Amino acid sequence: MIHPYEPDLLGFARRHAVPVTFVALCLTLCVLSGQGPAFLAGEVVTRLVRNSFTTLSLIVPVLAGLGLNFGIVLGAMAAQMAVIAVVHWNMSGLSGFLAAAALAVPLALVFGWLVGLLFNRAKGREMVTGLIASFFANGLYQLLFLFLVGTLIPFHDPGLLLPEGYGLRNTVNLAPVNYALDDILSATWIPHQGVTWAVGGAKKADSAPSVELPNPVAQNTSGQGTPVKVPIGTFVVIAGLCLAIGALMSTKLGQDMRAVGQDMHIAEIAGIPVDRTRLIAVAISTVLAAWGHLVYLQNMGTLNTYSSHEQIGMFGVASLLVGGASVTRATVWQALLGTLLFHTLFVTSPLAGKTLMGDPQIGEFFRVFVAYGVIALALALHAWRGGNQK
Amino acid sequence: MPHILELTGIAKEYYGNRVLKGVDLAVGEGEIVCLVGENGAGKSTLMNILFGMPVVHSTGGFSGSVKIGGKSVEIDSPFKAMACGVGMVHQEFMLLPGFTVSENIKLNRELTRPTALSRAVGGLDEAAGRRLERLDHAAMDADARAALARVGLEVSEDTTVGTLPVGHKQFIEIAREVDRKNARLLVFDEPSAVLTESEAERLLETMRALASDGIGILFITHRLDEVMAVADRIVVLRDGERVAELKKSEASVQRIAELMVGRKIEKRELPPRSFEVSDKEMALDLQDLKVEMPGEPVTGVSFTVRRGEIFGIGGLAGYGKLGVANGVAGIYPSGGRVLKDGEDLPLNDPAGALRRRVAFLSEDRRGVGLLLDESIELNIGLTSLQVQGKFLQSWLPGLSLLDRGNLRGHAREMIEWLDIRCVGPDQPVRRLSGGNQQKVCIAKAITLDPDLLFVSEPTRGVDVGAKQRILDELVALNRERRMTIVVTSSELAELRSVCDRIAIVARGKVSRVLAPDAPDVDFGLAMAG
Repeated sequence: MIHPYEPDLLGFARRHAVPVTFVALCLTLCVLSGQGPAFLAGEVVTRLVRNSFTTLSLIVPVLAGLGLNFGIVLGAMAAQMAVIAVVHWNMSGLSGFLAAAALAVPLALVFGWLVGLLFNRAKGREMVTGLIASFFANGLYQLLFLFLVGTLIPFHDPGLLLPEGYGLRNTVNLAPVNYALDDILSATWIPHQGVTWAVGGAKKADSAPSVELPNPVAQNTSGQGTPVKVPIGTFVVIAGLCLAIGALMSTKLGQDMRAVGQDMHIAEIAGIPVDRTRLIAVAISTVLAAWGHLVYLQNMGTLNTYSSHEQIGMFGVASLLVGGASVTRATVWQALLGTLLFHTLFVTSPLAGKTLMGDPQIGEFFRVFVAYGVIALALALHAWRGGNQK
Repeated sequence: MPHILELTGIAKEYYGNRVLKGVDLAVGEGEIVCLVGENGAGKSTLMNILFGMPVVHSTGGFSGSVKIGGKSVEIDSPFKAMACGVGMVHQEFMLLPGFTVSENIKLNRELTRPTALSRAVGGLDEAAGRRLERLDHAAMDADARAALARVGLEVSEDTTVGTLPVGHKQFIEIAREVDRKNARLLVFDEPSAVLTESEAERLLETMRALASDGIGILFITHRLDEVMAVADRIVVLRDGERVAELKKSEASVQRIAELMVGRKIEKRELPPRSFEVSDKEMALDLQDLKVEMPGEPVTGVSFTVRRGEIFGIGGLAGYGKLGVANGVAGIYPSGGRVLKDGEDLPLNDPAGALRRRVAFLSEDRRGVGLLLDESIELNIGLTSLQVQGKFLQSWLPGLSLLDRGNLRGHAREMIEWLDIRCVGPDQPVRRLSGGNQQKVCIAKAITLDPDLLFVSEPTRGVDVGAKQRILDELVALNRERRMTIVVTSSELAELRSVCDRIAIVARGKVSRVLAPDAPDVDFGLAMAG
């Protein structure tokens, strides 16, 4: 028998089988992709900025025993509605972003509350219920924006509407709020030249090349000199969220959530309002997901009206799982590590696929393969580890 | 002595089945009242009423009155019961395995400190504000330590409960109830069932100490010697009625047992056999059987069982007696050689064993033996249906359907023959008492029509009256159907009352095979190995 305090690599690997496997996979793909560290670092920083907030929004329902909340897609929809309104009202910059964040809250609360009510009627099947609910909500979303806007709903904004006069355009330019949060304070690192700082996006005009999203395939060979922009402002917000989740879990409400998460029956007997606690957990998660999606959109700069939200649930869940969380346990560190690993895989896999097969099409296939394969592999590894513990 | 609890004329029906017929019960301050009765006598229902469990109210409520501390109260939820100062030490632990001892003791009664946010929210909605206060772990731990000291459990308050042994969990349950500042009445629902002897001893001491602090205690148990050790008064329930109330001075174990069962318990002679058991015909021959059963490893057991006999396997817990039957039945991985009627029995193949007409009643009745949420009839018929194709009718070749009529008829027959107390053959097994669940298991085994039956711990968790019935039924199966039976039991007295020979297993091997009337000292020595 191995002493628990002895350094024991194999035991460590077994206990953390999921993240260890993915770290290995990531390193392999990084090497295979043939990219320099600067390019990879830049890509990974961008992805972390965009996606960590959303992944973090999944933690609360996991702790409250609801599993992985696929219902966050509704939070993303709330965010998109808010950001479209803000663009329509010609608001821009940080104030525009904050207005969108404020507007998203009531929407997300209503959506989260409805999803929570649904989950309370489907106890033990929250994940599949959430997945299907998000498909259903997507239908309503399309009906609303593809048909009702401009017909039943009086809305006339030629910049946003399709030429027919009703229905929103496929893409909405979010330039007014682009980098609203990122540019509060950012640092740009250019290899061999040092770091430049920018406050409130003042240097934005000068550092134009770094604003453009590096296209992974095109910049394949010239990766060495790419500047890496680190949006400190957004990272501060993400760190704040991590602290807030920690603070929430140390309150009475957080303790109740953990109790409900472990055993609803026992919690009920102890007098904890189980259904209400679950509702609150889902509502919090949905609001956080809405904010997370806004952070994503302000970094992207464009909104794909009918598809930006679709993959949010799947990618968030995959990130959390890759970080080593399970459907019953999750920490902020697992969320951050998972986001890092999942998106590294996501960036490098098409490049590696292209290097190996010599065909960009196959690279694209690799990306899809990785996104879903990762979820399956993470779940399988969890099952394997769970089986070992018995 | 002022009464803390007064129940008067409590009556309750479940689906037209009267389970309580006007029961009175009172508990005084600092008094220990024992509530005894067979399984199905109505004890659990009475406690469900006292705790306002949802199951009572969703099935039409009850009649009668509940007074706590002299005041009439209507208890419609467990929370209300707790608010009235009634605490319950559950039979199934109400502990969260992932929480620490201290967090469990303070579950939903956490001590908190206000924060800026909680004050702000509290201005709008007081209850919401309170939920946003921070937990004060230091204060919670201090309280938990005090409660643990009161129940005499030495365990660190920051240990995760899931890692603790069963006995400790029981004491943590008690500590949680004791920690309640308003605790006036504690109900102990068969707390000693999972405890070792020394732990049970300490439990009784704890109960006495709590009673001397003025807490009223209602103690439900099957162990009559415990009743005699702590009770101030004893209330006996039988078939939903209070049949007697005894002072400690009037009671004796014999008397209580008689009142519970309602008929005299006596040592009975076993009925004679109409056939002969001889050494020439062997039903089972174990040759160096090894079984990897966690907690009950078998390292090499050899013995033979004659056709038509009742063979006992006894021994101390953890010494491997349970592993033998589990190994032959194919539940746990095993090695060695097993001959049934002189032919090899395939090992590690549960279906193969069943096909060779070997049936096994597991000691883990609720886990392995029964599908708890399925009906009595399906539980009785399922294995036969699966293995032998009974209760099936074929309309088309290759397509067999369940023959419900046939199955129901058979189930009714079994219910009558074994006297299973139930609402009907379609009642879920979960709702039955322990003894009746065991009878369903026996019915299942009979339906398989085995010629070799393994029974493990047939009377575990079963009360005195039903115990005797179950043993009688095993003897009847042996005598009337010529079934060879191998009984594994921790209760030596039980084995000695029905078996022809008894093998004592110690440290994974057979230490001796003894006759049931062998002197006690021989059994003692054999058990020690």
